[in-house]
Amino acid sequence: MALMEKFKKSEFYKSIFRHSYQDTQRNRALQIVDNVFLHLHPVRVPRHATNIGFTWGMGGITFLLFLVLTITGVILMFYYRPTAQFAYEDMKYLMNDVPFGPLMRNMHRWAAHAMVLTVMLHMFRVFLTGSYKPPRQFNWMVGVILLVLTLLLSFSGYLLPWDQLAIWAVTVGTNMARATPLLGHEGPFGPELGMRINNDVRFVLLGGTEVGPPTLLRFYVGHCIFLPLIAAIFMAVHFWRVRKDGGISGPESRKNF
Amino acid sequence: MADQAKNDTVSPAENRSTPILQKEVASQISPTPLPRKPKQDRPPDQDPGIWRMSRRSLLSVAGWMGFLGFIVVSTVGALRYMFPRVLFEPPTKFKAGFPQDFVIGEVSEKYKDEKRVWIVRQRDGFYALISICTHLGCTPRWLPGDDKFKCPCHGSGFYRSGVNFEGPAPRPLERASIALADDGQIEIDRSIKYLYEKNEWGRPGSFLPFIG
Repeated sequence: MALMEKFKKSEFYKSIFRHSYQDTQRNRALQIVDNVFLHLHPVRVPRHATNIGFTWGMGGITFLLFLVLTITGVILMFYYRPTAQFAYEDMKYLMNDVPFGPLMRNMHRWAAHAMVLTVMLHMFRVFLTGSYKPPRQFNWMVGVILLVLTLLLSFSGYLLPWDQLAIWAVTVGTNMARATPLLGHEGPFGPELGMRINNDVRFVLLGGTEVGPPTLLRFYVGHCIFLPLIAAIFMAVHFWRVRKDGGISGPESRKNF
Repeated sequence: MADQAKNDTVSPAENRSTPILQKEVASQISPTPLPRKPKQDRPPDQDPGIWRMSRRSLLSVAGWMGFLGFIVVSTVGALRYMFPRVLFEPPTKFKAGFPQDFVIGEVSEKYKDEKRVWIVRQRDGFYALISICTHLGCTPRWLPGDDKFKCPCHGSGFYRSGVNFEGPAPRPLERASIALADDGQIEIDRSIKYLYEKNEWGRPGSFLPFIG
């Protein structure tokens, strides 16, 4: 014990844990502020913010699912090769022979389905509680971008098993891009602007004129690197903005409780 | 800023809102402001000469132009990078064998898997239907028993001619260009399409007259 006390008084310990355990207002605030992970939390939480009935905790659950998806996704990347030759077999390998492979893939899949749901429920809650109103308009817009990014992540991940369901679902999905105004070869003013099947927005998306190996690679890179990165940046803005706008919204009369 | 720069009598230390202590120190160093030397990056007053802007502004503009140019060129380059020059896809034009290989009244699925084309032989000739559902692009199936094309995705149905009659498909199947090559084989080009709704099915190329 004496050793522990000595250790706690050492410069090494103090340089990491910069405050004592004393249960004072100041210490409790410092514990939050001095920690890179905890500082995302507000130092003081209004009483109404802990009311599950008000927030449903949907934003937090969505973020938790995003973390689950990131971790399980990275784990899946150890076995999955995004080429037409191997993708389907690697998925089968993961599901049948890799230890805990089915658990990781199922967690990834179910968390992905759940995240789409929780994002929508979160949006619904924000709408019902009027939390999109001033000063939170900007954060609503950031949220809409995050919703779109979630759907794009879901869609791009759908192709990666490279089975018939995936290929045809993405074929159907990307065929809609043909009709993009100005940028699609079957969309309004597309042909007039020189859009053909091999130079329009769908062509960039697919890396060809039909869903093929280049599409798999493009969707893989988008799913694993580009989209999560963009989503993480917008999430940082989203969370920061919640704090800047006065924390989780609550009833007017109890706002400063 | 321009007004401040023109005021020759103000020493740099007094120019900013510095604490009083520093001001005092500065005034001790130079109690009376020295006459300002003519600066090279500024034209004499009322005579801009060829210099419409100061050297600092010029370099600033040049720097920003260079930076923006770099960004624009990089963006254009990155966009171009996403358009591959070479596609490893089956060629759109192919030879489908001799007309005698096909049976009158039959829908040939021989080239469906590889080329996504049905070749239909009638009593008076051939036409080629592209096997892409006009709803959302799945591959329909030819059901000889029902004498129709049926899409497994959403249930669209097409007559043997390619005209849609059930399900969500908004328009008939597309026909591909079909002709006889010099060696007597049927030659089909999927990149040339004939659309029913544009009254293109009567055009030469959409139908290959053949009796024999």
